[in-house]
This record gives sequence, C-alpha cells and structure tokens, in this order.
Amino acid sequence: MVKFNRFTLDNGLRVLVHEDNTTPMAVLNILYDVGARDEDAERTGFAHLFEHLMFGGSVNIPNYDGPLQRVGGENNAFTSNDITNYYITLPSANVETAFWLESDRMLNLAFSEKSLEVQRNVVIEEFKQRYLNQPYGDIWLKLRPLVYKTHPYRWATIGQTIKHIEDAKIEDVKAFFKKHYNPQNAILVVGGDVTTEQVKKLAEKWFGNIPAGEKYVRNLPPESVQHEERRETTTGKVPLNDIYIAFQTCDRGDTAYYPTELISDILSRGNSSRLYKNLVKDKQLFSEVHAYITGSLDKGMFVLQGKPVQGVDMDTAEQALWAELEKLKNEDVPLDELTKVQNKTESTMVFSEMSLLDKAMNLAYYELLGDANEFNHETAKFLAVTPAQIKEQALAIFRKENSSTLIYLAEQTDGVDEPELSEAEN
Amino acid sequence: MTELDRKTPPPFNGVENINLIHPEKLTLDNGAKLFIFNSGEQDLVRIEFIFSNLRFDPAKPLMNVAVNTLLNDGTTTMTAAQIADKIDFYGAFLQFDYGYDNSQVTLYTLTKHLNATLPVVKEVLTDSIFPGKELATYKRNQQQKLQVSLQKNDFVARRLFNEAIFGDTIYGKAALPEDFQSLNSDDMLQHFKQMYQPANCTIIVAGKAGVEVVAALTNTFEDDWNNTAAEGDITQPDVTSAEERFIYKEKAGALQSAIRIGMPFIKRSHADFPALQVLNTVLGGYFGSRLMSNIREDKGYTYGIGSGMTSFKHAGSFFIASEVGADVCKAAIAEVEKEINQLKTELIPEDELSLVRNFMLGSLLGSLENVMSHADKFKSIYFSGLDYHYYERYAETVKNITAQDLKALAKKYYDFENFYTVIVGKY
Repeated sequence: MVKFNRFTLDNGLRVLVHEDNTTPMAVLNILYDVGARDEDAERTGFAHLFEHLMFGGSVNIPNYDGPLQRVGGENNAFTSNDITNYYITLPSANVETAFWLESDRMLNLAFSEKSLEVQRNVVIEEFKQRYLNQPYGDIWLKLRPLVYKTHPYRWATIGQTIKHIEDAKIEDVKAFFKKHYNPQNAILVVGGDVTTEQVKKLAEKWFGNIPAGEKYVRNLPPESVQHEERRETTTGKVPLNDIYIAFQTCDRGDTAYYPTELISDILSRGNSSRLYKNLVKDKQLFSEVHAYITGSLDKGMFVLQGKPVQGVDMDTAEQALWAELEKLKNEDVPLDELTKVQNKTESTMVFSEMSLLDKAMNLAYYELLGDANEFNHETAKFLAVTPAQIKEQALAIFRKENSSTLIYLAEQTDGVDEPELSEAEN
Repeated sequence: MTELDRKTPPPFNGVENINLIHPEKLTLDNGAKLFIFNSGEQDLVRIEFIFSNLRFDPAKPLMNVAVNTLLNDGTTTMTAAQIADKIDFYGAFLQFDYGYDNSQVTLYTLTKHLNATLPVVKEVLTDSIFPGKELATYKRNQQQKLQVSLQKNDFVARRLFNEAIFGDTIYGKAALPEDFQSLNSDDMLQHFKQMYQPANCTIIVAGKAGVEVVAALTNTFEDDWNNTAAEGDITQPDVTSAEERFIYKEKAGALQSAIRIGMPFIKRSHADFPALQVLNTVLGGYFGSRLMSNIREDKGYTYGIGSGMTSFKHAGSFFIASEVGADVCKAAIAEVEKEINQLKTELIPEDELSLVRNFMLGSLLGSLENVMSHADKFKSIYFSGLDYHYYERYAETVKNITAQDLKALAKKYYDFENFYTVIVGKY
C-alpha cells in the first residue's frame, strides 16, 4: 500500500506527495504527458531529442546538472512512445534545490543553438549505438511499421530515421516546448523524507506562478482493426535467425489488459513458463524465447520472439509457437498455473515497494492513467482474473489475421569465421 | 509579494551523518557464516548463499560459471521443471549469479512462503546432479548466445581489455564457443562437491528477518549439511598482464568503435583507494565528469563515456570506456589523453572539487535505499577483507582531500603512455 496526498495548483499542475520517513532521501519525479506518439510524422524522434535538450540550461539557470550534483543529487529521464519522465534523487534536506531546477525548466528553456547542435550529435550516436551498430538492433524499426499503419506507434521513440534528428531546428524546439511543457500537461510527485505541508509551500513558491499555457488536446489517428496476416522477411549480418510474431492488443486502460498480461506470464515468465519448458527444454527448438506486451496507452502489442536452435527451420519454429497459442485458445489454463502467475505478480508488487523511486514513478503513471490510487488496487485486479477470461483474450488476440510476423535471417557467410557487423539500414 | 529570485540557488546542507546498518553475525555448527540485516516494512527477505570460486584452470574456463548456472537444473529428487514450478508457484525468485571471485544463489521470497521455498534452495545446494540432457541444452544455448555477444563491439572490447590486463586468470581468460564442448557432468559434480560446502559458504539475509526467519534458516542449513569432500582450493594464480599495450580489432562497416583504455590497478584494500575514487569521479565517474562534459556534452562524439575502478579479491583495474562515432575515434582518444594529462599538471578548481565531494556523499546516502542496499555495502567491504572503518575513512577522504593530493595521485597512478588501449571497430 503506497499512501499519498494530492492537490492541484491554480495553473493546473497536479501534485502528489508520498511521505516515507524511513529514508533520508527525497525524490522529485515529473511526468510530462507527451511521448513519441505526439510527434509529427515528418519530425519523428523529437520527444526524445527534446528530453536531451531539457538538460541544456533553462531561462535563469545556465547549467542544470552542476547545481544538483553540488547538493548531492542525481537525476535522469526517459522518453517512451507515451510519456517523458524526469526524476531527481537527493538528500531530503536539499529538496528545495530540486523544486528550483525543475520549475525553471518548466518556466522556460534557454534554447541554446550550441546545445541543440551537440545533443543532435549525441542522439545520433545513441541511435547508432542502440539501433544500428548492434546485432538485431533495428528490429523495432522494422516491426512497428508492420503492426501499425496509421497510429504514430509506427515509429520508434528514437525516431524513424537519423535524418529527422539531423533536421531538427531551434524553432521546432520552441514550438514543442510551448505545446507540451506546461503545468496542465504535467504530474509532479514528491516522495521520501518530506511532509505534505512542506511540499505544498514549495510547490506554490516555485511552480505557482508558471503560466498555465494552452491545453494540448490529443487527437491521434486511431489504428484500425487488422484484417489480414502480415509478414516480412529480412536478412542481416547476424549469427542466428530470429522470429517475431506481434499481435495488436488492447490499450492500457482496458480491463482486458489484466488477462493479457497474465497470458504473457503464463507463456514466458520464469523457468516454469510454457515456452521455456516446452520449446527450449523439452522440444529443444529454441535457444531462447520470450513473450511480452508493450502495455501502451493506445492499442498495444503482444509480442512473441525467439531464436531457433541452429538447424531448426523457421517454419517448424513458427508452427511450434502457434501450437502454444492454440493451446491457450482451446484449453482452460489449469487453476494452479494461473495462481502461480498471480502469485508472482503479487510478490513483484511487494518488492517494488522497496524502492522510493519506483513508488514515485508508479504514482505519477497511475495518476496519468486516471487515478494514482489505482496503483494500490492493481494486485487485486490481477488476482481476480479467471481461466475463462484468459481463454477469451487468447481467442481474441491470437488470430492469423491479427498477426505480423517478422523473420530475421542470418546472412549466409562464405566461410569467413568472423561475420562482420550489421550495416546501417538507412 | 516580492519577486521570486530564480537565479540564486536555494541554500543547501552538506551530508553529515551516514548511518550504516551493521549485521548480526552467527556461525552455524557446520561452519557456514550467517549475517543478518533485519529491517524494513515489507514482509519479504532476500537470502544470498555465497561461495568462493575454486582455483581457475585455463583449460576449463567455464567450470565455475557452468556449475553455478546448472544448479538450477536438477537434483536427485527434483527435475529442473519441478524446481522452477515450486519456486514460481510461491511467487519467489531464485537466481544464480557467477562473479569472478564468488558464485552465489539468491532467494527472494515473501516471508510467508519461506517454509516452502527454503527447502528447495537446500536441495539445490546439497544435492545437484547436473543431468546430461540439461547440460547439452545449456551448452548449445550458451554457445548461441555467445555468438551473438561476440558481434557486439563493446562486449569484444571488454574481453580483449580484461585479457590484456589480467592474462590467463579467472579475470582475464574469456571462454570461446568451443570451450563449452569440454564440459561434462562428472567434472562438474566433483567441482560442485568441493565448492558448495558449508565451510565455504557465507549466508546473508536482508529484509524482515526476525527470530522466526533466522530459526528457519539455521534449522534448515544446520540439519544434515556437512563438510564431506576435501576442502576445495580457493587460491588463484598470480596475474601477469600482456606485453602489447595497443590492441586493435578492425570491424568493417562499423558505425561506432568501442574503446577501452586503462591499466592494472590497486584494490579496495589499498590505502589510496578512496582518494582515487574521488579522482576517478572527477575524471569520468558521474554525469558532470570531465570526460562526459568534454567528449559528450561539448563534442557530441558519443552517447556516453565513463571511467571506473574494478576491485577483485586478487587484482584490480582502472578503465575508461565508451562507444564513439567511427569517424571521431582518434579525436576521442586524443581528448581522453588530454583530460588525463590535465589532472596530472593542473589543480582541480575548488568549485569543481566541492561539487564532487557533495555529489559523492549524496550518492553514498542515496545508495542506501533499503535494507538490501545495506547488505550490499557490507558485501563490498567483507569480501575485500575490510571492516566498517572503511566507510568512515571513505567519507573523511571525500570531505577533506585537497587538490594538491589529487594532483599527486594522478601523477603517481595515471600514466597514459603505459595505458592499455583496446579499439574494436574502426580507428
């Protein structure tokens, strides 16, 4: 149980406080309701590039990191297709420094050309390091546009192509800031060794006079229901073949989310899971195999991924995955097995309460979903799932005409014992 | 209402007191040592069973890691699948972690399920049999995984670097795909019996570990767990570093080059270690470090660059690591050299040094997030043969070391000419 207090400033900033005096630290987590899905199709990768620029100095504070490090604090941030999240951890005695820094960059950025130029390069190196210069690194650049045809989930957070990042202009940066980085579009969570009264005062003092700005109304093209089987085969300089089967599935707010998540656990969580036990251990068809969901705020993906053992042909591997899906559609999951994945979910939730930062991030995310208190009811929702609901979801999701299959083949090398690195795709 | 001053930072406080939880210690009848960290609100515990690795045989580089991993794969009474079913059913997590010095088995469990999960761990630690079929699967799958990893420049650079620094020892000799072939169940069983004995075992429990938890642990692990085999040899051969200091592995078509630069170094038990941690932080140990500020934030050559010190039981190293654009690899290395030389010739400005002091103390405080982090702090000193005075000395050093001291240390320890430089990609 994570307790919290909640209030809203006049400018629309939502503030949550989680008091935890077992630690000498404080966390300040700020979630902006903007992600890669809010980007223009011609300027992808922008939300993430922008996250980098948030560290390039704000209107009154030329250097963001230095003053925080000086008071013993650390910070980082991440961008997803749905959100951009910034967080600071610091000794609670210095929590005001976090308010000072975060409020100034919500008020206005410095918009330095030098910062833009450098961060463009840094992000391009990140693009190479994580997506291009890694075996299989470009999988998501290929899989997303197969599953999504109209929704902006069709591009990855890093962006569709390096070109979009190279082309970013300071005017775009300013416009993006104005549109998304205002109090109405943010959720602030302060946790740790603080009191609600103290946070109220500090929030009023530092964030209270930031103009509310205009409310961003999200109006994204919905992804239509898929009616045909999709398939793509690609070849890369990788040592092993790889197979991905992705299905469209419900959004995060749907009640079907809970059985869907448990299906992925039944298939692939831990060494007792079906895919591991049957396909890796017993039938020895795969060297590794995974199932997971993206849990996106809009229509999500259910993904199966596996590397077949060398010598196993791709059709056999694919059929074996489908056979496991068919079982879920045709047979009730035994109660013991369902209880097992539910117990695992329950203990994971308890373990997550050991981390102050995790608690703060979760409160912010659930508040974005509608109500932070739902975080405390999450376990109960998983525990309430029945075998009938599992079967119902399996039937709804695992259909050929709802599938996108990506076959990633290892390029045949001509006797060179050291295969070369995969080359850039674009 | 007065205008809010947004330009001046709010006043701040230094970190004064860092309180570390010290464990309660027990020794079981069979010689196993038990350390107890009892704190926290959640009804859960983490229990680590830690064993020193046996002496390294370069002809069988995978022995320690394979034995550790395959503990999960069957005992005389339970198959791998049954072990997994039981652990997963109770929502517990059983992990097998191999490190260069120690191998360990870790159980995470809700305390209410301790009586169901603990016997599984006991069984695994006392009665593993390394079934041939499971071993064959392990060999094949690990070989395949290694093939993929060998395509990653940073993975290859790390291996080449360790090999150069640590030679033919457990820290340096990396396994090749063909080394998996020589593993066999009989060798592994023998290794297991020598290594996984109570006299070579340190148990560390952290969480809500009250009397009942401790009683469950002592009862389970004192009962019928004896030192039966001859004691295993846990000494390690001496480290000899390579002669060649420049190692370049070209990868055609590489977009980035992985670089790793450094040298053999002092261990945590050395008196200069805390001071060198301050120096390392200035150089590449945090986001605002000189390497990051220059090579990422000013030049944009990389997504990340950092430096660090590794301290093992029998050896240590200092290293700088990054993946940089292939076209700027030479330029990046030149900047690294410049930063190293600057530390040797110029005093660190007091403003920068005070920032690093505060950052390091805040970071130490912040690393004590929960009772498990306190146990981790204990492990760092315990396995280096140190006691809690180390952290007092560390905090004192961070607070008081001078710019002159740091310059002298840089001169004494950082010798770019003699650094090992590994480049994988293009140069």
